[in-house]
Amino acid sequence: MSSSSGPAAAAAAAAAADSHRKKRRKIEADDAEETSRGRKTAGAGVGETTWRSLPQQRLYYTRLVEALSRSRRSSSASSAEAQDAAAASASASASSPPSSGAGEVRGIADRVLATAAKGRSRWSRAILASRLRMSRLGKHHKKARAPTGRGPLKKKPPPQPALEGGARKRRLPAVERRVKVLGRLVPGCRGISMSSVLEETSDYIAALEMQVRAMTVLTQLLSGAQQQLPPTTTTTTSGGQIGSGSGSGSG
Amino acid sequence: MSTRRASRSSQPSSVAGMSDEQISDLLSKLRQLIPQLRTNHTDKVSASKLLQETCNYIRSLHREVDDLSDQLSQLLASTDRDSDQAAIIRSLLL
Repeated sequence: MSSSSGPAAAAAAAAAADSHRKKRRKIEADDAEETSRGRKTAGAGVGETTWRSLPQQRLYYTRLVEALSRSRRSSSASSAEAQDAAAASASASASSPPSSGAGEVRGIADRVLATAAKGRSRWSRAILASRLRMSRLGKHHKKARAPTGRGPLKKKPPPQPALEGGARKRRLPAVERRVKVLGRLVPGCRGISMSSVLEETSDYIAALEMQVRAMTVLTQLLSGAQQQLPPTTTTTTSGGQIGSGSGSGSG
Repeated sequence: MSTRRASRSSQPSSVAGMSDEQISDLLSKLRQLIPQLRTNHTDKVSASKLLQETCNYIRSLHREVDDLSDQLSQLLASTDRDSDQAAIIRSLLL
């Protein structure tokens, strides 16, 4: 009973205002769902999330689609007003999509990905924290930079480990340097220990791969649907296409 | 969240508070994730090269996500013009 009301509760909570409080409720609903599915991730460490599992992929895909359609609904309402203003000023053409569209999608995809991590990894917390900071400041146009984990840069002096041999001395800086570069790529991993960076990287890579897979599937589905549907407004023709579209899609 | 770190032993180490074994442990785990380096288990890939490949891989993944976001935003934007299409596509997805 709780599992059947879980998705409904999550959807109802998602339909509410787009706040981070809502995300917490979703996370709890997810936990209830996945615990009933027998999730083995009882620990709270990095690397406990199985990004490669099919349920995880499906869950991310569903959440991504929900988030994208929510943003389309809210943006279409506001874009109608924007288009009126643009037509009046004749500055922006209504046919061209807004330049921040791709950044928006990227931001949504990253947010949903970070939420799926359930706070177990540093990079996911950094993504959500930087987005919270961005929205609080009201600078939505800076979302492109947000996922890179901007934040207070800690000027940590390079560690001086006890050097044991001449060969080690040469190898150390190279490896450490590369780990530092890696730490800059993974959100929220600047100035942390090497082992943490490597841990976070493993988790981050697996999550990114899942993100790419889900978005690829979504893109193919949308572009395939567009090709199949005729560009007409008559519902009868579209209804006929649905039958063939869904039939071939579900096969 | 740092329970796993508590189990790390405090051996005298040469690299930033970690023993070589732990480093190679993490690096081998990382190596399995990088598609290019997964296949040749016989070759000993140096840590530096592995980390470099990791950075490149993450950058390429970022680029892929950006490209896909671009495509998705265009696809989603183009369906808005026809409200019937948008409704149909949404019903196909959800």
